[in-house]
Amino acid sequence: MGDSPDSAAITVEGLWKIFGSGAQKVLAGDDRNLDPVALREKTGCTAAVRDVSFEVRPGEVFVVMGLSGSGKSTLVRCLTRLIEPSAGEVRIDGEDVRAASPARLREIRRHQVSMVFQHFGLLPHRKVIDNVAYGLEIQGVPRQERHARAAEILSLVGLDGYAGSFPDQLSGGMQQRVGLARALAVDPQVMLFDEPFSALDPLIRRDMQAEVIRLHREVGKTMVFITHDLSEALKLGERIAIMRAGAIVQLGTAEELVGAPADDYVADFVRDVPRSHVLTLRWICRAPEPGDPLDGPELPAATPVKDAVAVASASSLPIKVVADGELAGVVDRDDLLAFLAGQDPHSVRANA
Amino acid sequence: MKIRLLAGILVLGLSAVGCGGATVDTSTTSSAPAAGSSASAEPAGTVKIAINPWVGYEASAHVVAYLLRNELGYNVELPEIKEQLSWEGFETGDVDVIIENWGHPDLKEQFIEQKKVAVEAGSTGNKGVIGWYIPKWMADEHPDITDSKNLNKYADLFKTSESGDKGQLLFGDPSYVSNEEALIKNLKLNYKVVVGGSEAALIKSAQQAQAQKKPLLFYFWDPHWLFSQTELIRVNLPPYTEGCDADPKKVACDYPEMDLDKIVSKKFADTGGKAYELVKNFNWTNEDQNAVADDMTNKGMSGEEAAKKWVEANTAKWQAWIPK
Amino acid sequence: MSSTTVSASSGFRLPRWAIPAGATIGFVAAYVIFRGTATLPHDDEAPQFLAVTDLREWIDDHRNDNPFFLYFLNYIRLGVGALHTLFQTVLYALGWPGITGVMGALAWLAGGWRTGLLALAGVSAFGVLGLWQSSVDTLALVGVAVLLSLVIGIPVGVWAGLSARVRRTVTPVLDVMQIMPTFAYLAPLALFFHIGAPAGAIATMIYAIPPAIRITALAVAQVSPTAVEASTSLGATRWQTLFKVHLPLARSTMALAVNQTIMMALSMVVIANLISAPGLGGDIIRGLSRAQVGIMLPAGVAIVVMAVVLDRMTLATARKDPRARTRRTDLAVAGALAAAGLALIPVLPAVWPENVTIDVVAPVNDAVRWAEENWYAVTTGIKDVTTYALLNPLESLLTSAPWWLVALAALILAWRVSGVRAALTALACLLAIALLGVWEHTMQTLTTVTVAVLVTLVIGLLLGVAAARAPRFSAIQRPLLDAAQTMPAFVYLLPALALFGTTRFTAIFASVIYAVPPVVRLVEDGIKGVPPTVVEAAVAAGSTPGQLLWKVQLPMARRAILLAANQGIVMTLAMVVIGGLVGAGALGYDVVSGFSQRTDFGMGFVAGVATVLLGVMLDRITQGADRRTSPRKRKMS
Repeated sequence: MGDSPDSAAITVEGLWKIFGSGAQKVLAGDDRNLDPVALREKTGCTAAVRDVSFEVRPGEVFVVMGLSGSGKSTLVRCLTRLIEPSAGEVRIDGEDVRAASPARLREIRRHQVSMVFQHFGLLPHRKVIDNVAYGLEIQGVPRQERHARAAEILSLVGLDGYAGSFPDQLSGGMQQRVGLARALAVDPQVMLFDEPFSALDPLIRRDMQAEVIRLHREVGKTMVFITHDLSEALKLGERIAIMRAGAIVQLGTAEELVGAPADDYVADFVRDVPRSHVLTLRWICRAPEPGDPLDGPELPAATPVKDAVAVASASSLPIKVVADGELAGVVDRDDLLAFLAGQDPHSVRANA
Repeated sequence: MKIRLLAGILVLGLSAVGCGGATVDTSTTSSAPAAGSSASAEPAGTVKIAINPWVGYEASAHVVAYLLRNELGYNVELPEIKEQLSWEGFETGDVDVIIENWGHPDLKEQFIEQKKVAVEAGSTGNKGVIGWYIPKWMADEHPDITDSKNLNKYADLFKTSESGDKGQLLFGDPSYVSNEEALIKNLKLNYKVVVGGSEAALIKSAQQAQAQKKPLLFYFWDPHWLFSQTELIRVNLPPYTEGCDADPKKVACDYPEMDLDKIVSKKFADTGGKAYELVKNFNWTNEDQNAVADDMTNKGMSGEEAAKKWVEANTAKWQAWIPK
Repeated sequence: MSSTTVSASSGFRLPRWAIPAGATIGFVAAYVIFRGTATLPHDDEAPQFLAVTDLREWIDDHRNDNPFFLYFLNYIRLGVGALHTLFQTVLYALGWPGITGVMGALAWLAGGWRTGLLALAGVSAFGVLGLWQSSVDTLALVGVAVLLSLVIGIPVGVWAGLSARVRRTVTPVLDVMQIMPTFAYLAPLALFFHIGAPAGAIATMIYAIPPAIRITALAVAQVSPTAVEASTSLGATRWQTLFKVHLPLARSTMALAVNQTIMMALSMVVIANLISAPGLGGDIIRGLSRAQVGIMLPAGVAIVVMAVVLDRMTLATARKDPRARTRRTDLAVAGALAAAGLALIPVLPAVWPENVTIDVVAPVNDAVRWAEENWYAVTTGIKDVTTYALLNPLESLLTSAPWWLVALAALILAWRVSGVRAALTALACLLAIALLGVWEHTMQTLTTVTVAVLVTLVIGLLLGVAAARAPRFSAIQRPLLDAAQTMPAFVYLLPALALFGTTRFTAIFASVIYAVPPVVRLVEDGIKGVPPTVVEAAVAAGSTPGQLLWKVQLPMARRAILLAANQGIVMTLAMVVIGGLVGAGALGYDVVSGFSQRTDFGMGFVAGVATVLLGVMLDRITQGADRRTSPRKRKMS
């Protein structure tokens, strides 16, 4: 089990979750292919997750994005069977979660995967330190030891000096830091975030996003992050899965989503994203045409388009786009202007 | 949790009575801890005299209770229990003594003969009779009203808001010995029994009826202090003959005159010692009872005070009851 | 689109009032034609009654040799009895110094000096009123009943809170238990557990369990699902989550469950005296059977004092911030109180010294007599007008109408107000009542209930509207309503009895004052719950206050008002049945009589069952209020 060939931290294959009695019957028949409204009309069941497959690499920040009701929260809960999936496969670190016994499942939850919740889920009758130590407490870690560990984590999330407070004495952002600390305290390999910052004010949300990025750098956990906020997804996600009506409509990097939306739904989603901030030169460079002078400035392919503008304005020569030391293409002023004006002749390449 | 509780109860019960199953009279309630009215002297035991809801009964009970407490050093409880329930109290241990029993041959049969949880403890010396009464002014105005055959003629007089288009026959406490429904049916009277709910309601209505010349037909009984204050006339129902009240549904005759007697629980008779002796010896006249009852009802005395007054004035009588 | 949809197919539209008016005319015509036929007159010797009486005789004869009794019921009786004796022994051993000290200490810990002093004063009041012994007996009985209720109720409640399926199973049972008039519990209990303190404790326990279960379930179900999920996601077992998350978070609401259980127990413990349970109930029954308010009043006051003390203590516990440490001074005072009380046990007499009691019997009796004599014209006037104008005509209408006509009317009414299912349940209840042989008495009780409910609603609406519109009036009224709702039902019989003697009207009066407070409160809340923007809009459109009330506030508060009617009916029924003790007659009297006369046991038992059926029926007819905003709305959809 542990030595399965795929090195993914999480593997999900053909995952279904159908709420309502008769879910198995729906799965067995053709009804599974009905769209959600028709399914509900016909069987009274709701398909929250429909045939979802993906892999999360170790150390990756994987974002699942979708509007409310798209099934993303159900999906994340299916990973540790907080909601029991109806069909499909979930493997964490190679281990089949769906086959795990209740005791084994508890072990996975205790040591391998922990979760941060939208509404924090703190225990108001416990002090901050005891909230953070909760996971260790139920594992049976002695009081002194778990308090020491909790204090360590508290200082990691910047809550030094709040150990003796009660949750309701803290601001929302600080409460979520407690939630974060609680998830971190058990030292899991994977952390699941269920819209953790959507209940926070915009400014605090930004701080917390930065905090997650910092933590990810420092502790290097695999993270699955659920959000309905596209900018949050783009900011955090190495890869992003967009969900709609229970299914993943597109999975890719931020650039792929913005540069090459799979369908109108995704296109609609990403329409207001300032593309010059997300797309890199790789997306707009073209093969040098004969006559293009190749002695212009040189920029790496991963440079966001907006950063190329200054260079282009300083030099009238086409910019050489370099990837891995080799020329990937060129971009000149006209290309940049056309891109910024919204004409995107190259986007046809998206299907590549 | 439930199972554990049941198991607990079971264990408790088993340990209390051994393994033969629990019978009702093994109840622990009969040995309620003594409240100890006087912290100094250890009481000789606790006697529970049921209090039935009429003042004559209470008079007897309080006099006996007073003597038990002050002459024999017993602790006395006076639980408020209605007539027939008192008999059941013999079985559960809630009652030791009924100090004034009005007949109840059926209950005697059941609890004394069959279940053997109670025994008779002799007459109280009081003669009791139940009947239907009207205020004297009605008899003066309508001399023939005292014959039950003529009652229908006067039914209109007795109509009230509670009896509708029939005449009202006012009854007392729901627990009283009663043939009223059967009598009305079998004598074909156009009357309806209206329950006043208490002795007090009867007394008040009777007093008002005589004082304000209001018509009233009501259930009442002798001995009662009221007869010395308000003139009441008994309505003659068909006379009592031996056995005419054997079937409660077919009763069509008046109530018999009864020797009121005392009933005690078998246990009390066996283990009550001097207290039982005193109860057995208790015997007084209707006048004695009426005097105490009158003090309780009309002189604002508590039962204990009225009993004390009588005891102090009648030493010779009660001295004879005290066991040697 | 409303009621007329039914006839819309005939091509022309009737005015909205046509159908109700037509139905009314139809019923009047049917009544005139069939009046006096198919009535079900009461028969004391009905075979149904005799069968139950026989069953009781059989049980009485076999109580000590039938295995079900010998090895099961009698053990329960015995266990509860032993527990009661234990409580009694402890309380007696503490004596008044001990009880006062310990209660004072507990109250001080629960709610600080105010509650502490209240408890000290309250416990002393038992003694001063001359009711020490009865009060302690009552306390012991309440203690046993509450303990058992919680021991059973809390686990069941927790289970119901955790599992929706259990909740669905338990809820309807609790619904029925809560609309069951207190009286109805007694006969079956006497049958199975005989009479005395254990039976009283069990009756009280059964009556007090529903709020324990219901509120506990609510408390547990209300626990933040995220907190539970967070705990599960960290790998907690179900027991760990239960003890570390559910129970701590549900704690303060569960303290309310304890509070409600105690309150229910206190109101039942008095009635349990009818099956010979000891305590203050005895004094109240004694007062009733002597028609002496002077005897009842101190006992009533003692019950209310006990209710208030226990209510404040448990409420204070419920409201207490679970994190706040008990202050050292409070601990010290409480400790000192308890120690002083315990230390004084050997020094002071165990029973309250008689020379520090005040005897209010004579003065109260005098006052009542004075009121009787001086207000006689007024009280009799009110009583007679109500009786002749409302009670008697309605009673003769209901008892002389054919039973099928009454059933049909109930069916249609329930259908209109609450839908098909409710209507069928109501009909089933009525038919069962007819089969049980208590039709006539049920109709009489129904008459009394109807009149009482009408009066209650009129008064409740007036006071509720007044309170909603005049904040100052509301501020004065609120504490009175609070106090009124703390009082056990029985206490309301007192003023009624004092003013009106024993008649049907007495029960009506008592039930009106019993049911008005919750009705007022629901109406007031309903009107206040109308969104301020709507009120603002109406005022901006130039509505007069009267128009605002009639066109906006009352229609929008309709739901709350119908709920108030439902509550009022259930409470009124409970009280009217208790009114059997003070002349209300019919079913209530049958129950009382069933306890007093062995030959009437069957009738009393059946009457108890009938009150339950009547309660379910009335509840079903009016429960539509609870479920939907308007009877028309559903037809449109």
